[in-house]
Amino acid sequence: MQIKVEHIVKQYASHMALDDVTFVIPEQSIFGLLGPNGAGKTSLIRIITRITAPDQGRIYFDNQTSNPNHIYMIGYMPEERGLYQKMEVGEQAVYFARLKGMTRHDAIQKLRYWFDKFEIRPWWKKKVEELSKGMAQKVQFIVTVIHEPKVLILDEPFTGFDPVNTNLIKEELLRLNKDGTTILLSTHRMESVEELCSHIVLINKAKNVLEGSVREVRRTYRTGNYDIRYKGHPVSLVNGLWGPYQLLENKEEDDHQFARIYMDNPDQTNVLLQALINEVQVVGFNEVIPSMNDIFIRVVEKKEELPRAAQQPN
Amino acid sequence: MGKITLIIQREYLTRIRKKSFIIMTILGPLLMGGIIALSVYLTLKTQDTVSIVQVIDETNSIYSQLPQTQSIHYVKDTLPVAIAREIFNAEKYYGILYIPKTTFTRPDSITLFTAKQPSPAVVTVIEKNLENLIEEDKFKNAGISKATLDSLKTKISLVQKSVATDTSEKEFSAEITAGAGFFAGMLIYFFIFLYGIQVMRGVMEEKSNRIMELIISSVKPFQLMMGKIIGIALVGLTQFLLWVVLTLAIVSMVSSWITGDGGSTALIEKVQTPVELPLDTSAEQVVSQEMLQSSGFMKALGSLNITKILFAFVFYFLGGYLLYSALFAAIGGAVDNDTDTQQFMLPITIPLILAYIVAVSVMTNPESSIGYWFSIIPFTSPIVMMVRMPFDPPLIDLVISMVLLVAGFIFTTWIAGRIYRTGILMYGKKITWKEIGKWLFYKN
Repeated sequence: MQIKVEHIVKQYASHMALDDVTFVIPEQSIFGLLGPNGAGKTSLIRIITRITAPDQGRIYFDNQTSNPNHIYMIGYMPEERGLYQKMEVGEQAVYFARLKGMTRHDAIQKLRYWFDKFEIRPWWKKKVEELSKGMAQKVQFIVTVIHEPKVLILDEPFTGFDPVNTNLIKEELLRLNKDGTTILLSTHRMESVEELCSHIVLINKAKNVLEGSVREVRRTYRTGNYDIRYKGHPVSLVNGLWGPYQLLENKEEDDHQFARIYMDNPDQTNVLLQALINEVQVVGFNEVIPSMNDIFIRVVEKKEELPRAAQQPN
Repeated sequence: MGKITLIIQREYLTRIRKKSFIIMTILGPLLMGGIIALSVYLTLKTQDTVSIVQVIDETNSIYSQLPQTQSIHYVKDTLPVAIAREIFNAEKYYGILYIPKTTFTRPDSITLFTAKQPSPAVVTVIEKNLENLIEEDKFKNAGISKATLDSLKTKISLVQKSVATDTSEKEFSAEITAGAGFFAGMLIYFFIFLYGIQVMRGVMEEKSNRIMELIISSVKPFQLMMGKIIGIALVGLTQFLLWVVLTLAIVSMVSSWITGDGGSTALIEKVQTPVELPLDTSAEQVVSQEMLQSSGFMKALGSLNITKILFAFVFYFLGGYLLYSALFAAIGGAVDNDTDTQQFMLPITIPLILAYIVAVSVMTNPESSIGYWFSIIPFTSPIVMMVRMPFDPPLIDLVISMVLLVAGFIFTTWIAGRIYRTGILMYGKKITWKEIGKWLFYKN
């Protein structure tokens, strides 16, 4: 399911939470909703899940204006997880599934499948307060996906999981995505963005500041830096570098040398290599691709400097 | 609608399955039934223990006239007081009653020596016995015979009847009708508090456990709030019903155990027919008088229009609960923790407490204008009108009061809904009245 976010504005008493945010979540993508704390991510998620209404703007699900029936197609896991402490796990899961429109019978069937899959069948009769945090997270995840939503919205899904369970959830997400689920992931963890997301939007100070497929974004933010590992004398390397190249750094690494150079035109790699081969023995050559983390920091910090003067005192 | 049912179901089932609910449900009637049974038991059984009192009678005329009763036996002792006190056998005797020579001229010189603090019941009986004797003696000295005296004694108990001639001369009993209404009003008062606070705690639980966001991504906040309120109302009704049934069961069980046969009817008969009890002193006739009144109690209860009162009770019970619990839900939604609830609870508890105070005054004066106004205003009417109910308030009063109550709870629910839906998503903010005022006017 494709989701369109169009010109969403949300203002709280003296604070602009979302200022004309527009982007598209493509069908069957894993979409990263990024941004620093307080940027307006949670406000946006609450609008998409119809918990609150926007002041202006519209949300479209498959080109259909958002309406109350759409909530059955959404599975939402809030950042702050919550379950009824004194309720039994199974009973509680059935309750949430039924709130999402499932029949009792279907809910129990599905839950059995998931409980077996996550190997938590023995907890069915336990109260939530008896579970560890990780266990409760598993239950929470099941509750989120139980009604086979077409859209999964997960706010910081990996906090509180150990690496084994994080992997388990990641695999599940990838499988669900392959089966057609569109996934919206709000997170600070850039490594999981790189690993999972096909598209991202970066929200900062209530505004959409960066948007696109992860590949595109990284290409846009490529630095033009290349790492070269070679055997030979650094002076020979410098001899080979002429024209549009710039040596940024050179150091010794084990039995070889390491150099980082900058090159204006990314199509010139072969030319550069040909020149270098004559001078030194090249053992490694690769482009330095910026991590999402770097991009995030660069965009957020740059944007922070610009509008500061125009900022509201609040 | 299906979602509300689902929420009601959860609220209801999780609560009635709680240990505290089961304990309260069993303990409530046990306490109530226990108190009733105990008081019946005490009235029937206190006569069993016999207190033996030594009498040192220096007048030589009083002892022989002292009546031996079931509870007190008088035994003559000829020793001087000082020695009798010296050798007093506390295990055998209850005390020493010292009647000095001067008794007939100075009756307040009679002394009762006891080993431990004497019980008021024993003291009352002894005093009564002595009073009778000395009075009779005085009458005799004044030349009035016992027969003349008896014929002079008059006791008046008004027969209270309704002026209405259509009904079969309903008998009134002011105290009892007022008592019944007050009791019903008090029940409503306690239930509003008890279950209103449960609603508040329930909302706070959802808020602090952050379940809220999960649920309101599938249902509207208003549905969640109403589901909780209605679910808990049903819990209240269930508990109340169980209490009534269990209390009746326990009372009849215990009474049949006391009387040995026949269950509660036997008990009532026994209470109603004092003749069966061997009573031979005026002190114990006081008890029998009370018992006679209790048969009047049954009659007075019968004179009340039970169906009407019961209907009004259920109506005001639910109406009052709905009105207040919506406000309690709003508080639960607005605050983050227990300590913050205090400042918001106060404005809710004030009208309730006011209603209680007014109810007390209305009980003695049901036709007063205070009674009228407070039984019309929705915030106090559930309690005050219940007190007026047994006095047959005019139908128009009742209709106005009920219509206003319905309007009142629709209004509070509307307000509460607005506060609630904004409050439940607010965390870590210090909530003030001004803030809540703003929430009322937020767009959806």
